[in-house]
Amino acid sequence: MAFLKRSPWILHYDASSCNGCDIEVLACLTPLYDVERFGMINTGNPKHADILLITGGINTQNREVVENIYEQMPEPKVVIAVGICAATGGIFRECYNIVGGIDKVIPVDVYVPGCAARPEQIIDGVVTALSILEKKRAAMAGTAQTREEEQHTEQAGEST
Amino acid sequence: MPERIIVPFGPQHPVLPEPIHLDLVLEDEKVVEAIPSIGYIHRGLERLVQKREYTEYVYVAERICGICSFIHALCYSQGVEHIMKVEVPDRARYLRTIWSECSRIHSHLLWLGLFADGMGFENLFMRSWQLRESVLDVLEDTTGGRVIQGTCKVGGVRRDIGQEKLDEMHRTLDPFEQQCRDLGDVFLNDDTVKYRLKGLGVITKDEAYDLGAAGPTARGSGVAMDHRETGYAAYGDLGFKPVVETTGDCYARCAVRVKEVYASIDLIRRAIEEMPEGPIDVKVKGTPDGEYFSRAEQPRGEVIHYLKGDGSKHLARARIRTPTLANIPPLVKMLPGIQLADVPVVVLSIDPCIGCMER
Repeated sequence: MAFLKRSPWILHYDASSCNGCDIEVLACLTPLYDVERFGMINTGNPKHADILLITGGINTQNREVVENIYEQMPEPKVVIAVGICAATGGIFRECYNIVGGIDKVIPVDVYVPGCAARPEQIIDGVVTALSILEKKRAAMAGTAQTREEEQHTEQAGEST
Repeated sequence: MPERIIVPFGPQHPVLPEPIHLDLVLEDEKVVEAIPSIGYIHRGLERLVQKREYTEYVYVAERICGICSFIHALCYSQGVEHIMKVEVPDRARYLRTIWSECSRIHSHLLWLGLFADGMGFENLFMRSWQLRESVLDVLEDTTGGRVIQGTCKVGGVRRDIGQEKLDEMHRTLDPFEQQCRDLGDVFLNDDTVKYRLKGLGVITKDEAYDLGAAGPTARGSGVAMDHRETGYAAYGDLGFKPVVETTGDCYARCAVRVKEVYASIDLIRRAIEEMPEGPIDVKVKGTPDGEYFSRAEQPRGEVIHYLKGDGSKHLARARIRTPTLANIPPLVKMLPGIQLADVPVVVLSIDPCIGCMER
C-alpha cells in the first residue's frame, strides 16, 4: 500500500458551505494550481477515496450523509476540514440549524482555515494530510510489515 | 409496460459539487418522473439577521453563496439604504456595477466549465477555468478576496479602484474578450457540443413563465426578463438589453450564458470609461425603520431581499428569494422523457446553486 503516498484519491463533499470553499477546491484541479501533478485525483466514489475533503459545517440533515460517506471509505483514511465553518461553524455557528464543525460527527485530521480558504492553503492541507495518511498506514501495517516491503523501501532510498 | 425503478441521484454525486437529491423514477433508461428533496445545506441565515447588527449582516449576506457573493451583498445593502433613505455616491454605484459584472463573468465561466465537465468535455472544462482565473486575479487585485470580496457596505463601497488600475483593466479587456469569444465559439459551434445539447430538456416560453423560471433559464426560453433593466446601481446610466434565446433547450441556456459574458465585458468597458469622480461612501447614521423589497440580477437570475426594520440596530426580518429555488420547478418539468445519461447535463443547465437555494 506504499503507493498511497504518491497518488491519494480525494473525495469532496459539501456539508453546508456557502460554495466559496467548494469552488476553490475545484480550482485546485484546474490549470493554474493543477493538483493532478501530485497524482491526486478527485473521485466521486467513497470506496475509492483515501482523503475526505469536507467544506462547511454540520447541520441536522447532512449529519447522516457525512457519517455514511466516512463509514464507506476504506482504512487508512484522512479527513480534511476546509474553511473556518468546517472547523467551528464560523460565521454560521449561531444559526439554528448548524450543529458545529465537522469534528462533532467524525474525527478530523487536518484543519484548513480561511473564509474562503485559498487554493494554496487547501493544497498545503492535502500535503499535510499525506504524511498523516502515511503514518496511519504504517501503524496499520505495524509489526505485520513484511521484510520484503522493508527491503523494497530501502532499495527505493526513502529514508525518513 | 416496462418495470419502474427508482434511482437516487445525490446528495453526494460526482458531477455536482453541491448536494441536491433527486429520486429519478425510470422506465428502462427513460426518466418518467423526478422528485427533488432539499435541505442538505440549510443553515438558517434569515434568522441570523436578529443576532447581527444591520451593518454586520452584509458579511453574512455575502456568505449566502460564495459564487454570487458580491451581488447578495449589493442587494442587501441597496435594501437597507432604501429604508434609511441614503443616497449612494455615483462612483460607488459604478464600482458596484464593475464588481457585479466581474462576478457574473467568473460565475458564467465557472458554470461553462462545470457544464463541459458534465457532458464529458474535460478539455473545455480546464480551458474555461483557466480563463476564469484571470477574472479572479482582477477581483483579488481590486478587492482583496478571490471569491468572497467584502467590499460592499451599507452606504457605498469599502475600496476604490485607482485610475491606473482602471486603465490597466480597460487595456486587458480586449484580449480577454477575444479569449472568451474563442471559448464561446466552441460552446456555440462545436458539433459534439451541439449534438449533445440541442433539443435536450426543452421548456417552452409559457411553461417557463408559468413555473416562475428566473435568469438564463427563463431567457433561454424567450422570456425577456432581466433585472438589470430596472436600472439599479449604474445599469440605468449604462443602458442594457437582455440576452434572449428562443428554443428553450440546454443549448439555448448555454448560449444565453456565453453571450452574457460578452455583454458583461461590454458593460465593464463602458463603466470604466464613464466612471465619475467623487467619494465612494457616505456616512450612515441611525437605524433602519421600515420595509423594502430589494431586487438584483444574479448570474442565475433574480434575487429578492425583503428587509424589515423596527428602529433597532437589528433588522426584524429578512426574507431572501433566490433564483435556484425558482428554477427547481422548471427543472422537474424538463427531466421526464430524457435518458438517464442526460440527467447531469439537464440538472446543470439551470446552473443549480444550492448554497443560495437553501441559505
